[in-house]
Amino acid sequence: MIALLTRDLRLALRAGGGFGLGLAFFLILAVLVPLGVGPETQTLARIAPGILWVGALLACLLSLDRIFALDFEDGSLDLLATAPVPLEAVVSIKALAHWITTGLPLVLVSPVLGLLLFLPGESYGWLIVSLLVGTPALSVIGTFGAALTVGLKRGGLLLSLLVLPMYVPTLVFGAEVVSRGAQGLSIGTPLALLAGITAGAVALLPFASALVLRINLR
Amino acid sequence: MASIWEYANPLKFMRTTDWLLPVVALAAVIVTATGLIWGFFFTPDDFRQGATVKIVFLHVPAAMMAINAWVMMLVASLVWLIRRHHVSALAAKAAAPVGLIMTLIGLITGAVWGQPMWGTWWAWDPRLTSFLILFLFYLGYLALWAAIDDPDTGADLTAVLCLVGTVFAVLSRYAAIFWNQGLHQGASLSVAPGTRMDWAYKAPLYVSMTGFGLIFLALVLAGTRTEIRARRMKALVARERMA
Repeated sequence: MIALLTRDLRLALRAGGGFGLGLAFFLILAVLVPLGVGPETQTLARIAPGILWVGALLACLLSLDRIFALDFEDGSLDLLATAPVPLEAVVSIKALAHWITTGLPLVLVSPVLGLLLFLPGESYGWLIVSLLVGTPALSVIGTFGAALTVGLKRGGLLLSLLVLPMYVPTLVFGAEVVSRGAQGLSIGTPLALLAGITAGAVALLPFASALVLRINLR
Repeated sequence: MASIWEYANPLKFMRTTDWLLPVVALAAVIVTATGLIWGFFFTPDDFRQGATVKIVFLHVPAAMMAINAWVMMLVASLVWLIRRHHVSALAAKAAAPVGLIMTLIGLITGAVWGQPMWGTWWAWDPRLTSFLILFLFYLGYLALWAAIDDPDTGADLTAVLCLVGTVFAVLSRYAAIFWNQGLHQGASLSVAPGTRMDWAYKAPLYVSMTGFGLIFLALVLAGTRTEIRARRMKALVARERMA
């Protein structure tokens, strides 16, 4: 399993892969929004939590179809499915690799982008915490979507249509944590709900992902 | 002892719906027409909302069926996943477009009513928001069906999507409630239907709800029959080719 993780990470980092692409997209979004909305500090500060969370969501989405597509094409997915490691574990590892290459960098650069968007000073900590807690759910849900669409020729658009509605609860609670943090309100409830969604998704969704993967490999 | 599982046999299903479908369709037309005509022409105007209140006879039944259609798809998907009855998977497939249209009717009639009443076509109220999200789930479900060639794979994948989607749709609903109360004042935009309604409105509303239920049933039966026939045609063509 660790071998699989390091293999996936190495593939993502080296083979002209998706690594960095999501980050660049995140950065571009944070530059484009002020250009579109106008440079007023007040306006930007108010919408910054939402923009950062939506940006993280879309950046995650970009690299989802790579989770299984390449392995499906060259047949290594069939090997993984017949390997002694249960497919559920393989799926979880894939999601973890996706999170390390996409979610974690997003978390790390988000304060810088918060600076660009004049995010109020009190909420930087909550931005990092909420992204750290929420992005694993994005990866796991995305892995489910990727498993659903793995055999399809033009799965990319369909993947976003399937996955984005499922991102709604994570987005709502994640952005809520940050904007409450910015207003100095208590953030306990949304953070707990966000963590609950992540924990539930991480615990249960790999089974669904493995199930649909088996159907697709039939 | 007749059991519901007998209708998992496509032949039995077709034979029964041969006579059942016209009956249900006719009943749907009569009941819905009764409910709507009663509601539109034989109820008094509301003292504050005037005649706009009458859109409730379209709005509430459509919204109800939009949710019930998804629940029916959920049950049918479970039946398909557990007992592998093809009719069940096809019924789920047939229900999705109906549910989609019902959601759309609910959203549009709501907007038409909201314009004169709230002064806006749209508000990010939890109910409205969760309906829009439900609409997106229907779209995704239908798109997945459309994208997959192999019928059994399609049935399996959409069934799993329906199960997982249900969880997330419910989560989104509560997230929307939380989100709106968190950001805005608790605007009492949604008037709970049926609670403080006079019987003059309630009776035609119930009739029209029944009518919409029958419409849904008729459309799902018709859709399932179409799917079964399409399968038979495909099987016949395949057999011709083999021979």
